[in-house]
Formats: sequence, structure tokens, C-alpha cells
Amino acid sequence: MTSQQICEKIRERFGPAIREAKTEGVPNPFVSVAPENLRDISLFLRDEADLACDSLMCLSGVDSGKGMLGAVYHIASTAHRHTVTLKVQVPAEKAEIPSVADIWPAANWHEREAYDLIGITFTGHPDLRRILLPDDWPGHPLRKDFKVPEFYHGMKVPY
Amino acid sequence: MEELLRRIVDNNLIVWFVMALLPLVWIVPYALVAVYLERKVSAHMQDRLGPMRTGGWHGWAQTIADILKLIQKEDIVPAAADRKLHLLAPFVVFIGSYAAFAAIPFSSAFVGSTVSIGLFYVISVSSIVVVGLLMAGWSSNNKWSLFGAMRSAAQIVSYEIPTALALLAVVMIAGTLNLQTINEQQAGWFWHWYMFRKFPFVFVAFIIYFVASLAETNRTPFDIPEAESELVAGYHTEYSGMKFALFFLAEYANMFAVSAIAATLFLGGWNSPFGDVLAGPVWGLFWFLSKGMFFVVIQMWLRWTLPRLRVDQLMYVSWKVLTPWAFACIVAIGAWMMF
Amino acid sequence: MAEVLTAPLKTSTGRTIRREEMVLNMGPQHPSTHGVLRLELVVDGEIVVDVIPHIGYLHRCFEKHCEAMTNYQQVIPYCDRMDYVAAIHMEWSYVLAVEKLLGIQVPERVEYIRVIFAELQRIASHLIAAGTYGLDIGAFTPFLYMFRERERILDLFEMTCGARLLYNYFWIGGLSHDLPPGFIDKAKAFCSYFRPKIKEYNDLLSYNEIFVKRTANVGVLPGDVAIAYGATGPMLRGSGVNWDLRRDDPYSVYNKFQWEVAVGKGEVGTVGDCWDRYMVRIREMEQSITIIEQALAGMPEGDVASAIPKRIRPNPGDVYVRTEAARGEIGFYVVSDGSATPYRIKARSPSFVNLSALPEICRGAMIADVVAIAGSTDIVLGEVDR
Repeated sequence: MTSQQICEKIRERFGPAIREAKTEGVPNPFVSVAPENLRDISLFLRDEADLACDSLMCLSGVDSGKGMLGAVYHIASTAHRHTVTLKVQVPAEKAEIPSVADIWPAANWHEREAYDLIGITFTGHPDLRRILLPDDWPGHPLRKDFKVPEFYHGMKVPY
Repeated sequence: MEELLRRIVDNNLIVWFVMALLPLVWIVPYALVAVYLERKVSAHMQDRLGPMRTGGWHGWAQTIADILKLIQKEDIVPAAADRKLHLLAPFVVFIGSYAAFAAIPFSSAFVGSTVSIGLFYVISVSSIVVVGLLMAGWSSNNKWSLFGAMRSAAQIVSYEIPTALALLAVVMIAGTLNLQTINEQQAGWFWHWYMFRKFPFVFVAFIIYFVASLAETNRTPFDIPEAESELVAGYHTEYSGMKFALFFLAEYANMFAVSAIAATLFLGGWNSPFGDVLAGPVWGLFWFLSKGMFFVVIQMWLRWTLPRLRVDQLMYVSWKVLTPWAFACIVAIGAWMMF
Repeated sequence: MAEVLTAPLKTSTGRTIRREEMVLNMGPQHPSTHGVLRLELVVDGEIVVDVIPHIGYLHRCFEKHCEAMTNYQQVIPYCDRMDYVAAIHMEWSYVLAVEKLLGIQVPERVEYIRVIFAELQRIASHLIAAGTYGLDIGAFTPFLYMFRERERILDLFEMTCGARLLYNYFWIGGLSHDLPPGFIDKAKAFCSYFRPKIKEYNDLLSYNEIFVKRTANVGVLPGDVAIAYGATGPMLRGSGVNWDLRRDDPYSVYNKFQWEVAVGKGEVGTVGDCWDRYMVRIREMEQSITIIEQALAGMPEGDVASAIPKRIRPNPGDVYVRTEAARGEIGFYVVSDGSATPYRIKARSPSFVNLSALPEICRGAMIADVVAIAGSTDIVLGEVDR
């Protein structure tokens, strides 16, 4: 199925949930959805027979600027060989997105990394803790307004 | 040998002292050479050269350099370790390996002690090594060392059984436990060796003994206790300097001890393979040491070829493969002897 | 499970014995964890009850550094250092992503050379994977034989771009150097030299009874679980799933070549066990030689630097491009805001995702099996932590 067709299928099921959809003129077509509907759309993508998106390729946290944080989901189907990209935007002060770790177990570590580096809290995640940085590191480094701490446990950080 | 010494010094204590230290005259240079040999054998099997520089020609002084380094190393004992046990363990391991040489005849003229239960003594005293290993693993206060020590204890104790049974096969035919007598019974050309008698049963017993002895000395494919890639170094992880060197020496002494027993019981010991040609007390020493070294080199060859067995597979091999086959050999030989 | 292990035991004389699980640290420094990985093992004797991996010891802030670059080309050496064992694949995926954002097409000669180097790199990486796997299991010798072959491949790399391990060879729009004279003959000689070596490895290690006993039926990962966990590469193909990005989501000129995709069939055990994953790598090396020979035969002439842009300023937008690295699917999600500095680059590394499946397949195994399973997932901590 082409990106246009997939977008149509999502739209006819979840019309109002779609915030923005660009399937032409961009190197990577995507569908931007509301966070509340993310889980339903994900289940739909995975369980619907002609979509059969059984593999989450990548889940990235992005600091979209203007006080918004986002998560980008790149999903693929091994049976039909098509890919879908979902985007979700949340405000930085209350950055909560429902977790899809039980839908695609691959999301487990990706969400931990997005939490660690960008600071998005994935509600319903079984084990949300930092993965790459030390457990007591202050702040979320990939945010554009992140200030590097002067000292960490008595060690000078910038050199 | 003993009479020769008594003629020089007529004092029992000194004679016994010298006799007890004589195998050391072989073991220490042998260990130096064996370590170097292992490095060269492994290197050439792995398509590389091994030590090439220390001492000039093909790095012959490599082991000497290693010993010098180990002697002057700081002896580090972990803070929470049991100091007395930690100190005692390498000695117990070495004593267990070395005491076995008391009853092994090196030549028709030299045997440490002609005790009539020779073989029984050798097998039992070499089990003291287990106590030393457990002491090493426990006293290091390190979970990985403990794992290595427990695996090692289980392995050595389990493999004692096929070892003893395989040796029993020879004892049944020989009718004696005295190793010097067993040697004398194999005089003549090489087909008089026990390995070729009552063929193929004693040969099977020989194979069983050789495989079980690999496990006794913790050599690959049974080196799970010191599995480098799993347990860092197993029971001797926390040892440094001379204590580590002592463990190493004990391992090589053990390797030679089991090779010597195999040579004595199955390959004719100090007997020449050509009957009366090239025989005699001094030639006997040469033949004995050659046969021992032959098995040592085979042990090295196996180490660098085979992967290692997992601990439960190791136990399986001992209890379900080697022991039943050893029993079968004994029954077959017994039946043959009766009819 | 935890209650059974830790429930106090009552003896016949009425006393109670306290029991505990033992937590063993296969710590950051360990000969078999292939880097600084900490595996916290909860064990009951020799049986592993749970495995909790802790990563991040090699985190070098790759993604944050990219946002401070003045140029998209400057990111390429950083990509090398992610999976330092198979650096070319990292470079290629990133370079493809930026080329897609820019919308440029590279000359065909560049594509052919890229394929040749990627396949050579795949062989070099699998040699390390298989060699160190034998080392973990206790077979010391195949490791050195495989490194001997690897030296030949590194010679080919060195004569072309000057580096043995971290190349900075694939540039956006082309390559940094053209093939030197004598390369094609040397590469052909390597191909005919290497084929019989695979038979040697099979004789020495692959079908060795002890090796098979240690790896067959150990760490079985079913195919659907592998897909759900996002496992890719030999880890996925070892579980019986016939999926190879070079064929199923083709990039570059792979659609011009013919080769067989190696899939695990449970030949000596169960489909998806450690032996299958190992054997997929051995067979892939053979198939890589086939691809290299076809590419060498069909190599067109051209200029490798003609399409390299002077200034790299992609239009605002984002792109996700994935390629088949030695360890699995390497994906780069590149976000551009229209300036010469990358806005956000996310590297989806195969080992990061493959490692997340490790706790699933280790439960109930023995400690020695954990070593075998961790070795068969073939992780490189550089790309797990970035």
C-alpha cells in the first residue's frame, strides 16, 4: 500500500485524531496524530489485516522547538513491505505520551531512551528509567534549552 | 638410587629428604619448558609465532622472564578475603599434585617409595587438590571465584570414578597395586604394554582414563572452572605474584602426574619399546620422561583445538558415558580372564 | 518465581532455613560481554532467573555532538565510531539519508564501489563475530584464523582510503578517494582465496560436536517474537524469518545482483537457537563474496567526486533511511531546519534493539549459556550506547 492509501485508511477510522498529514512532496510521508489516540491507532495499524504493521523500526524523541516536544514513530510491515510514520507533539511542560511498549516490545528501550534524552514521560511504560545516562544525571540533554552542568559528583563537566 | 645415596650419606633423614626433592629436579625445569612449549605449540597451531624475542633465539627465555616478573610482583590480597586460607590454598594444591610423584617410578632405579599400595596412594593423594581449590575459591570473597571453585570440586570428584575404574582394569590383569611391579610386568617389545593386552578392552580403558584425566587437571575441553571467557579466571582470579605462579606450577605438575600414570600403566613406563635395545636405568628415565611429555603435548593440542563443555554436559559425560563404559570394560576383562 | 526461590524452608526438626537469590554481576569489565556491558544476573545456583542489562558505559553523546556541527559532512567520522567494527555500514546509512534529503543522485561507479566496500566490511565484521564467539565458547584457534583473513580485507581498505578501522570514506554525494590501481586484481584474488577458508571454519568449528552441544537449542528466539522486539539482521534471519533489507527494501544498486539470503533452518537444533544465528553469519560471508565478484565484474567508469555538493543545506524536513548493516538494520532519522547544521539526528542502531531481546531469551538458561547467547547476539557497545 502507498503512503497515500495508508493515510486514507487511518483517516476513515480516526478522522478527527489526525492533526496533520503530508504524503506528497516530502522525502518521508507522515501522519501527525493526537497523543490520546496514539494507542488506538497503533493497535489498528498492527492488527488490521492489510496493514499488518508488526515491526516498530524506530522511535525518536525530538525537541520541535516553540515549547513543544515530539515523538516520531517509524513503523513497518514485514508482510506487506510498506512503512508508516506517525508523529505526536506534546507541550514541554507536560510531556506525556501513552506508551506503546505492550503493542510493540521494541518500543520499550526506545521509549526509555526518549525519556532519558528528551524528557518525555511515557505513561504506562513498565520500567521507565534512564538508560544511557547515569540515573542521577540532571536534566535532559537533547532539549535545545539544556545547560551543561558545571560539576557532576565533583567532576568538572565542560572541558 | 636409594642405595647410592646411603653410600654417600649414612643418615636416613637426609636420604629421604633428598629422595623427596629429586622429582622437583625434573618438575621445575619441566614446568618452565612446558609453559614455553604451550605458548609455542599454541602459536604455531594458530598460524602465528609465539615468543620470539626474549633471550634471542625464538624467545627461549620467555618463561624465565615471566618467573622473574612474578617474583617481584606485589602480593595483593582482597581486603575482605580470609587471609590464612588465601595464603594456604596454593600450597595445598601444589602439595596434592606433587605428593603423587612419591610412588611413580621414574626409572628402574628410582622410585620415591616402593609402597605396595602405590596406585591407590597416588589416586587418593591427588584428590587433596580439591580441598585446595575450594579454599582458594572461598577465601577470595568473590562470587566468580566461588563459582569456579564449586564447579571444579564437582568436576574433579565426579571424574575420580571413571579414572579409578579405568585404572582398575589394568590392576585386575596386573594383580598388584605396586607401580614398580606393574612396570616390570611390561618388559619386552611394545606389544607387551598393557594397552595392547586383552585387546580392545584395556585400550578402551586407556581412552577413558585419558579423557577423565583431562577433567582431573582442568584442561580444555573440561576447563570450565577456569573458563577464561566466563569466570575471568575462576578460582585463581584474586591471586597475584608468586601465589599465582604456584597455582600455575601445580597445574603443570598435575598434567605431568596424570601423563606419568598413563605412561606407567598403559604404555610400559620406563620400558623401552624395543625390548632390550636402548634399555637400562638411564635409558629407562629417558623413555619414561618421553612418554610423559608425549601425553602432555597431546593435552596441549586438545586444549587449542576443542571448545569447552558446559558444566552439566561435563557431568553427563562423566556419569552417563565414561563410568558405564569403564564398568563394561572391567566386566569384559574379568570374563576374559576367567575363560 | 521469586517466591519459590526465597520462601523459607522448614526442616524436619522444625527449624527454618532462610533462602535468597544470588545476584551476580557480569560486570562492565568482563572478557565475554564484548565491550562495557553490565549484565545483572539473578541466579539460583547455575540457573539464571532474570537478566537485567545496564548500558550507557560507552555513551559519547553522538546525537548531541551532531547538533553542534557546522556541516553535515563532519558527522561522518562520528558515525564510524558508533559501530567501529563495521564502520562502513554506519557511514552509508547516514550518507544515504542526507542524499535523500538533498535529492541528489550519485554516479553509478560510486554505487558499485560502495557495494563492494560494504560487502567487504560485512565479511570483516562477521569474521570478528564468529571468531570471538568461538573464543567465548572456548575454541581459541578459529579466532586467529579468522583474524588472518580479516587482515587481508583491512589491507584492501587501507590501500584505498588510508584507514583500517574508521574510514571517513563515504562522503555525501560520492567518495573521498577513487579505487587505486591494482585494487580490482587484489580484490579478485581475495575472493578466490577466501572461499575455501569458509570450508575450513565449518570443519574446525561449526560442526564440531562440542560447539554444537553448547549452542544448539540454546537461546531460542521464535520468529514472531524476534519481529515484535525489532530484532534485525542475522538475529532475525537466524529465527527463520526471510527478511533482508538489501532485497526487500532495496537501496543503491543491490537490485542488480543475485545472491541467496541465509536463513536459519534449525539444522542441528531448533530454529532460532544460537547455532542458527552463528551459521547465518558464516553463510552470509559466502554470499557477500558472490556479490563482490558480481560488482567487480560489472564496475562502470566514472568520477567518484562529481556529485559531491559544495554546500550542504537541505530543505527543512525529515527523513528515515535504513540499510542492512552487518548486525542488522541501521536507520538514521535526520531532521533538517534548512541550515547547514543538522537539527536532530537519531541513530537507530541494530545492537541496541537486538540487546533488548536478550532478557527474553536468557530466562531459564545457565550462566554458561548466557555467555553463549550474548555472543550470538553479536553486539558492539559502541553502537548500543552511541
